[in-house]
Amino acid sequence: MKQKGRYGQFGGFYVPEVLIPVLEEIEAGFEKYHDDPQFVAELEILSRTYAGRPTPLYHAKRFSKQVGFQVFVKREDLLHGGAHKVNNVLGQGLLAKYMGKKKIIAETGAGQHGLATAMAGALFGMEIKIFMGSVDVARQNVNVHKMKLCGAEVIPVSGGTSTLKDAINDALRYWTAHIDDTFYLFGTAGGPHPFPMIVRHFQTPIGIEAREQCLDQLGRLPDKVVACVGGGSNAIGIFSAFIDDSGVELIGVEGGGKGVNTDEHCATLVKGSVGILHGAQTYILQDENGQIHETECISAGLDYPGVGPEHAYLKDSGRAVYTAVTDEQVLDVFELFTRSEGIIPALESSHALAWLASQKGKLSKDTTVVVNLSGRGDKDVSIVEQHRPML
Amino acid sequence: MGVYQNLFRKLNRAALIPFFVIGDPDTETSFQLVKTAIDAGADVLELGIPFSDPVADGPTIQKADIRAMKAGMTPQKALVFVKRITDYRPIPIGLLVYYNLIYQYGVERFFADFKESGGTSVLIADLSIDDADEIAPAAEAAGLETVFMVTPNTTDDRIQKIAEYTTGFIYTVSVLGTTGQRSGLSDLVKPLIGRLKSLTKKTICVGFGISTAQHAKDIAQAGADGVIIGSRIIKFIEDNSDDTDRMQKELAAFIKSVRVAIQP
Repeated sequence: MKQKGRYGQFGGFYVPEVLIPVLEEIEAGFEKYHDDPQFVAELEILSRTYAGRPTPLYHAKRFSKQVGFQVFVKREDLLHGGAHKVNNVLGQGLLAKYMGKKKIIAETGAGQHGLATAMAGALFGMEIKIFMGSVDVARQNVNVHKMKLCGAEVIPVSGGTSTLKDAINDALRYWTAHIDDTFYLFGTAGGPHPFPMIVRHFQTPIGIEAREQCLDQLGRLPDKVVACVGGGSNAIGIFSAFIDDSGVELIGVEGGGKGVNTDEHCATLVKGSVGILHGAQTYILQDENGQIHETECISAGLDYPGVGPEHAYLKDSGRAVYTAVTDEQVLDVFELFTRSEGIIPALESSHALAWLASQKGKLSKDTTVVVNLSGRGDKDVSIVEQHRPML
Repeated sequence: MGVYQNLFRKLNRAALIPFFVIGDPDTETSFQLVKTAIDAGADVLELGIPFSDPVADGPTIQKADIRAMKAGMTPQKALVFVKRITDYRPIPIGLLVYYNLIYQYGVERFFADFKESGGTSVLIADLSIDDADEIAPAAEAAGLETVFMVTPNTTDDRIQKIAEYTTGFIYTVSVLGTTGQRSGLSDLVKPLIGRLKSLTKKTICVGFGISTAQHAKDIAQAGADGVIIGSRIIKFIEDNSDDTDRMQKELAAFIKSVRVAIQP
């Protein structure tokens, strides 16, 4: 696998020896099936009839008026499960099925990937274990309940910071002891090769559709494409189709928490440095000795001290620009967008919207911006209520 | 001839290799415990630098990492610690680290400083043979020996490649899984030792899940050149957090019992 899975200097597969054979097995399975006509046809039918693809590109006119330029929203929030995560779990779940695996494990932060995996487990008739930080279990209890309804076992992880990073640690540990029969359905375009490649592949329909829809609806490509970045799967999904369009600016928005100059944020690309975490060389948030930092962010789905290696490469090559917004900006736009459009955005996706709001007065009226609305915000209503009580 | 090979040849029995997390539960107690282990009959030391995200480790070593980090252990201080040990007794020391720690320190500089402290080898838990070229030249330049892991699912071809890169010993993982105590010895370990013996003449030390004197004896009899005991040893620290005297006594008694058990 040596030369594969590199994005410039980033990526790779820095894992204990015990995981190498199983990563090679997944890589071989992906190479064998991802363009196999039967696999492609089966995934296409599921994407259309189960998940609800293609998703529309919606011109959010009232929100556009608020920010002063033209905002087009890629409605991944309309997918089954309420987020783009279903794209990846259908692809990887089907891959696991083709590879003859009957047990699946996954990590989850906000619970969206866990829920999507639990749904896929029910769909494919597989046994599912979801590793989830105990802090996240508490702040996303509705998703936890939904996962259980789908028949998944949810394993709260209390080590470390008890969030996504620790859920990944424990899922990796469990995997090393159960590699014979268990498929690790990785949720984001990060981790060791081949996961960044596989997750990217199954998320590319977002960008492919959005690009075609722009050409159809606008008659041209957009000026900018914006997405939130935690691990980076929804962002790489929408960016991928535009990478070769040099006139289209790509903007990733990270969780600025209480501010990127405080210790409480998860803005890995904005404030991190290069290192190795969870099998990949990438930007990470760490101290001067290489110990991984605790992160803090209103959105559990972005609360991660690493990032997918392709984003690290896009940053260093200058092809994409990464920035961060604070929790307060996110809450402001959550309210503004919901009131303007009657669409409740996930707090993760609200980071991308908050960047748009920050550009008010800076972009011309005819500037067109596509934003990936990666998920819906029903799961976040109680969190927003805690921060902004409605009297 | 390398330090390990030389030692293993002279011993005429399997080497006893206890594992400690440097600085667990604090620097001074950790130093006393390692001295105790040496005095009780350890032949080689395997030492870990605590890391925030030790994915190859089970709960016992994770907790040890947290204790040591809370007590202020860092890679720089760990090198000072190694120097203190080798000043006390010139014993071979293999380091077990996660890659990010030495990546941030600077691989070449770290290896040179570790050698300067009296260290013998470095094993990086999350760096496989596929990326050996990122560290092997620096290890050689520093005069360190290389140690790589083999697990029960490693293919024959891969074992041969790992053996080629190994100048110290092959760290043979007895289980599919993380570090941690096990009640019984994995039934994968004897076939693995046999397979290794048929593929390479390199020295073989076995670790992960070796929890009793009897386990150590069985591993030694199966032909291992060394027996690495980690979580069982660290459990003495965890279980006696209120009494460092008892901690040291129990550790010494255990090490001695293993030494007796592996005597042919």
